[in-house]
Amino acid sequence: MSEVLRVTDLSTQFTTKGGVFKAIEELSFSLDRGQVLAFVGESGSGKSVTALSIMGLLNPRISKVSSGSVKLNGKEIVGATDQFLQKIRGSKISMIFQEPMTSLNPSISIGEQVSEVIQTHTGCTSAKAAESALDVLRKVGLLNAASIYNSYPHQLSGGMRQRVMIAMAVALEPDLVIADEPTTALDVTTEAGIMDLLKSLKKERKGTFILITHNLSLLQGFVDQVIVMYAGQVVERCTTEQLFNHPEHPYTIGLLGAIPQLSDLKTSLVTIKGQVPSPFDRPEGCRFAARCPFKEEVCLKPQELIEISPKHWSRCIKSPLKLDQMALRPINQTSKGLRIL
Amino acid sequence: MSALLEVGNVRKYFTRSSPVIFNWKDKRGVKAVDGVALSINRGETLAIVGESGCGKSTLGRIMVGLLKPDEGFVDFEGVRLNSLKASELRALRQNIQIIFQDPFATLNPRLTIEQTLIEPLKNFGLHKGEELKRVVELLEMVGLSKDHLNRYPHEFSGGQRQRIGIARAISVEPKLIICDEVVSALDVSIQAQILNLLQDLQKRLGLTYVFISHDLSVVHHIADKVVVMYKGKVVESSDKQELFHRPRHPYTQVLLSSLPGTQNSLVHDTLGGEVAASASLASCAFADRCMFAVDICRKQEPKLEIYQHPTHLVSCHKKENLPDFDTSYLDAPAQSLESIRLQSFQSYFA
Repeated sequence: MSEVLRVTDLSTQFTTKGGVFKAIEELSFSLDRGQVLAFVGESGSGKSVTALSIMGLLNPRISKVSSGSVKLNGKEIVGATDQFLQKIRGSKISMIFQEPMTSLNPSISIGEQVSEVIQTHTGCTSAKAAESALDVLRKVGLLNAASIYNSYPHQLSGGMRQRVMIAMAVALEPDLVIADEPTTALDVTTEAGIMDLLKSLKKERKGTFILITHNLSLLQGFVDQVIVMYAGQVVERCTTEQLFNHPEHPYTIGLLGAIPQLSDLKTSLVTIKGQVPSPFDRPEGCRFAARCPFKEEVCLKPQELIEISPKHWSRCIKSPLKLDQMALRPINQTSKGLRIL
Repeated sequence: MSALLEVGNVRKYFTRSSPVIFNWKDKRGVKAVDGVALSINRGETLAIVGESGCGKSTLGRIMVGLLKPDEGFVDFEGVRLNSLKASELRALRQNIQIIFQDPFATLNPRLTIEQTLIEPLKNFGLHKGEELKRVVELLEMVGLSKDHLNRYPHEFSGGQRQRIGIARAISVEPKLIICDEVVSALDVSIQAQILNLLQDLQKRLGLTYVFISHDLSVVHHIADKVVVMYKGKVVESSDKQELFHRPRHPYTQVLLSSLPGTQNSLVHDTLGGEVAASASLASCAFADRCMFAVDICRKQEPKLEIYQHPTHLVSCHKKENLPDFDTSYLDAPAQSLESIRLQSFQSYFA
């Protein structure tokens, strides 16, 4: 399998009035063609900054990649010229944003916006670009593509706008598509439609995706690998199957318990007490320690990402977690947050 | 048991005024709420679900008296809201509070949390002379502390702001709280905190909730009764158990099968989740999206009728001969070694 993206030790730094901090620290991963990688974590964990760093879309006045490298098909993106970035954005790498209304131009018709991408990169005639634009609008499941071609963003619903965004992103069949919370603002039914579309693009076109989400229930059936982020660091990295069946980092375990389950057993949701530490005030040791029910003295030291089993990394000194090594509390006394017994 | 709140045949149409011709109104209008009747008992949580634009928020606003219905009535403890004078309605609002989706837009950015929370107490003359003590108590109830008193809304995270919204709602000791999409803007972990807080407060204060949401897994977690709305009408309503086990309206089935992870065989809508243009008036509102629609569905509007279970109301011509709906997602997940391990670890977070 061919490698599409390789990110090595990527750190991104922000300079604000409050001071300087790293939004992401020493992030490394690689992604093969036809694979889907997901970034999950709470707001402020660094998921979106990762996407912007890969796209070269960071605001240069306040942020920059401070170290590391991002290679797309072997070509370095960090430090590349604007010219080069403009050439690959849209043709080799593209992005679907969360807010389809703010990311479409309200005063240009849908068709023009989609064909602009095609024309700019391929240099074909406008008639030909219009033809392929219509094609791609049909491909993303917009039934009456011809009438949508001539409409403006405000005339479309949220789900249709998001389909237009996806059409623009996949129009030139780029090597990598980054979807940043693509369904967060949408209704459940629309969300299901958009996820089905992404799944079919993966299957039929061997699309390579990075999905950024805080909703773990979207992962199943689409995502191959997962990276869990917390306060700018990767805390766990594994396959989707491992994430749901054998999570190792306490943060992941807590997150999984916070999803309301559609099952008849009366359950109480797990709550992770406290908050993500402020980026200016991150503890020296494990960043999750203050909220972790398993913490011990060793957790006050900085933690490394360790490979605990093949292709499964966790930034927790206690991984792999074993029940018999803990100061065990009898299970039936802790009925809150527990789904068995 | 007498109902705490009763809504009868409420209609609310929004008409558009022309910006050019004065005194001209677009007669077609939008039927935001079109003949809704329901009742809520004390201590219950009633959930109203549906997609955006189905009228659920408008209905919530009518229940608090923020909007006047064009037709129909809202009775709170036997008092008819529409007949009240503005001053009487204001006094009654002590009993009915609302929490909105976006806690940032609903907190005054120029008031500190102390000022925000004291205002309703002063307004209703509660806890005279001891307002500050009460405010601290409220903050503690929602998991904040007195250190937060002098801060402004922008200094708080989304979850904390929602807690302030909740504190403000419970400050006047209401009987009923309308929660309008209170968790949909929040991350899952924060969502879990807020849901647990709402349930905890309900137990402690004996509150009644109307929970407006589009997320059925959240609704399944918190509700006792569920009302499903589509285009301003109730299409199905029932006890939670009954509704999730035997959804009888095709729209409810579509909503359930769109939940990620349910893997239902029922195909998602043919229209990819888009609401189509209004069909003829005398038809089932859902007919043009329904995969089971037959001729009668396009000619005659179905009535909301009791079906099989005393609390179960369905408005569908084909309710008796819909194919079985697979509800295996409600079964307890298989108790593998892995799931037991995970659950025991999760118990430490309690």
